[in-house]
Amino acid sequence: MSNSSTSDPLKPFKLKTKQQELLIRVSILCLVYILAFITRLFSVLRYESMIHEFDPYFNYRTTLYLTQHGFYDFWNWFDYESWYPLGRIVGGTLYPGLMVTAALIYRLLHFLRFAVHIREVCVLTAPFFASNTTLVAYFFGKEIWDSGGGLVAAILIAVCPGYISRSVAGSYDNEGVAIFALLFTFYLFVKAVNKGSLAWGLASAFGYFYMVSAWGGYVFIINLIPLYVLVLLITGRYSMRLYVAYNCMYILGMLLAMQIRFVGFQHVQSGEHMAAMGVFFLMQVFYFLDWVKHMLSDTKLFQEFLSITVTCAVAAGGIALGVGMASGYISPWTGRFYSLLDPTYAKDHIPIIASVSEHQPTAWSSFMFDFHILLFLFPAGLYFCFKRLSDATIFIVMYGLTSMYFAGVMVRLILVATPAVCLISAIAVSATVKNLTVLLRSKNKVAQIGSTKGTSSAKSSSKASLDQSQPFQKNGAMALLFGAFYLLSRYATHCTWVTSEAYSSPSIVLAARGAHGNRVIFDDYREAYFWLRQNTPPDAKVMSWWDYGYQITAMGNRTVIVDNNTWNNTHIATVGRAMSSYEDEAYEIIRSLDVDYVLVVFGGVTGYSSDDINK
Amino acid sequence: MVDASAIKGKRKKTTSVRLEVKPTELPDAPPIDTKYFTIYLANPLNSGESTTLEVLYVFTHFLEPFPAEIAQSESQLVFYHDTALILSPYHIKQQTTFIKTPSTKVESFIRMEPTNRVGTEIKYGPYEDRPPYSISPIHVHFENNSPFAVVEELVQEIEISHWGNIQVTEHYKLVHAGARHKGVFSRVDYQSRQSSNGASSFRYLLARLPPRVHSVYYRDEIGNISSSHLRTDSLKSELEIEPRYPLFGGWKATFVIGYGLPLQDFLFESSDDKRYLNFTFGCPLIGMVVDKLTIKVGLVE
Repeated sequence: MSNSSTSDPLKPFKLKTKQQELLIRVSILCLVYILAFITRLFSVLRYESMIHEFDPYFNYRTTLYLTQHGFYDFWNWFDYESWYPLGRIVGGTLYPGLMVTAALIYRLLHFLRFAVHIREVCVLTAPFFASNTTLVAYFFGKEIWDSGGGLVAAILIAVCPGYISRSVAGSYDNEGVAIFALLFTFYLFVKAVNKGSLAWGLASAFGYFYMVSAWGGYVFIINLIPLYVLVLLITGRYSMRLYVAYNCMYILGMLLAMQIRFVGFQHVQSGEHMAAMGVFFLMQVFYFLDWVKHMLSDTKLFQEFLSITVTCAVAAGGIALGVGMASGYISPWTGRFYSLLDPTYAKDHIPIIASVSEHQPTAWSSFMFDFHILLFLFPAGLYFCFKRLSDATIFIVMYGLTSMYFAGVMVRLILVATPAVCLISAIAVSATVKNLTVLLRSKNKVAQIGSTKGTSSAKSSSKASLDQSQPFQKNGAMALLFGAFYLLSRYATHCTWVTSEAYSSPSIVLAARGAHGNRVIFDDYREAYFWLRQNTPPDAKVMSWWDYGYQITAMGNRTVIVDNNTWNNTHIATVGRAMSSYEDEAYEIIRSLDVDYVLVVFGGVTGYSSDDINK
Repeated sequence: MVDASAIKGKRKKTTSVRLEVKPTELPDAPPIDTKYFTIYLANPLNSGESTTLEVLYVFTHFLEPFPAEIAQSESQLVFYHDTALILSPYHIKQQTTFIKTPSTKVESFIRMEPTNRVGTEIKYGPYEDRPPYSISPIHVHFENNSPFAVVEELVQEIEISHWGNIQVTEHYKLVHAGARHKGVFSRVDYQSRQSSNGASSFRYLLARLPPRVHSVYYRDEIGNISSSHLRTDSLKSELEIEPRYPLFGGWKATFVIGYGLPLQDFLFESSDDKRYLNFTFGCPLIGMVVDKLTIKVGLVE
């Protein structure tokens, strides 16, 4: 509008401000999408496109089975190649979300005539879903704060090491898809609460179903959302929107979740899911009270009625819960989740959970390593959230605080805290940068004559008065802005360094520098598995420590005695006893298990520290 | 495989001329299990004339490992069965047979006088005036530690594309066809005392590829194999590959080698608007016996 009088050769290409803003936003999101994908590709470029670690090999094997045999056979699969002689009911003991997603992507690519191998699809599933998570983070940030906050959230979560650690290319594990599902469900629910529409509520129920199918950590959602609803009810923010959103999501989500065989009837039978049911009934009580208040015109009578109803409802709920738990219908909290509330529980009662290194409490160095500057931006973001309290910001504050508590209890759960920390820090960054840039631009606006933008002129008048009291405000703002950008660039550098050094090693292939500086690759694991595959009879049974079970069945294609599922501790104990006894006793045990080969990992020659002797 | 050539010229200036060889049937021969080949001379031989022929024949799966199973520290001994008298439908006036063994270690050999052994050479003969179809079975039991690498099945796929590239993919099933390995395999012994341990095992395989080869990969069912070296120059390329583990008797390995070649090296256009593909088919690994070879050529649609 301001340069319409001059004849400008570029006039047809000049966009209006709104369109400029849209272009900037879209291009930033595209770049962030690509960045999130390619920063996770270090190990593919350094080694090859292969599956890392131990658990992903089981997921790969099941996905392979799914693509070869179809969904019905996969859902009813009894695997006799692991846990000899017990076997494993695979269809009923896994979360199928990841495998089904990868198989669908594979089918789609084949439909478009891209002849890719299922392994490539599996390797690149996690980075693809990480890119999708950045998009969801943008929309979520836009919902809580504004589009600037959404953009910063997308950028922060694209490179955050806490998320990259479990979603690097090759790490084909449930968490890669689950974090996307988690954030997506939360976004849909907050949108439903904000809008009060049934459609968004339904969408959040389906999002919850996807989350249940993807990861056992869905328990976090089914406890956080009722807690959030409870907080809203207590702070007097009950509204029709909340009623519609929560009811729709809970009922439909619960019914859909029961379709997963592994979950089964836990939503009505397990102690971990009772909070959701309790809050559901509380919502009905609130709705009833609201209706009664609407009907009654006498406030005093209503107060008495209110107190009676509330006490009755709470008492009825407590009695029902007590009866349920006493009769054994409602099972108490399982060890895995109880140890989150009481960290000393696992050490005394379930040693196998306590022995996993990922389940130890988190040290400050891990927090700094995984979050860097987000660690001090998190309290700053909390402050900004409290300044502008709404339904959405209350949710993100609750998510942030609860997930940070759990991240402090167990290292593995830093992953769950990462989206919350990124979103809250994004609020801090966005609000700070916005204030600083408004300060910077205010002086220019005052100097401009005939400004047409209404809002900035109002600000400019207020800022003009401030300018006169503090003469160096503009320079201070500039310096702070440079400081903020410097911090963010250091964050990006740190994240890339962490990804490259710490989280990109496919623990199955090790590399070192030889005497002449050339790269020496230790591919001993795959050498052993391939030898087993080629040179042993097809029905041979291999005994090894449970760490390697999944890899032996996937790559060596032989029956194993115990593997990473660790569902039968007695069987694992038998193997452990055989490995640590004298040879005569061990031979007896091994013959009784009908074993043909024993696999032991020894790292003495190359200085490999996580071998069987160490365990 | 039989090849024949005639030697012309005197001692220093000898040239050899390729002669045609065809398998034939001899219905009136004694019923022993043999195959007959006819060699067609370049010029018909008149009576009283003489000519010198050089015949090369190659046998596969001919050496029998004995003992059939050996441990890691033992070396491999094989049997070579042959006849001291050359089997021929013609009357032979004088004949001598020389057998060369790879090393001087010979366990035993059947003597048929006059027989003499010097170093790595065993000489049977000269025998005078033997009638046609006369044979005299002998065997030699000697040490042979050269790699008995046999490719059980090789499937070679050659795809020609519009865009100037020939993509070759080869699927190998490799086996060590020598004396079977028995007992334990000790990696410590194998790596420390290499001369006396695993003498009959092999680790390295060399493939000769055309020059200007690109995008070479060496994989198997579970992923990429990183132990390989590619050396190229303007005349040829050499790919030295190492299977994941050294192959001992009876051990198998399967792998896939793939590479791309520029199309203009191999495709030619003729005057009548046809294209000719000039390509060397077969196994690029040198010194390898291939039991079953399947070649698939994918032409442009």
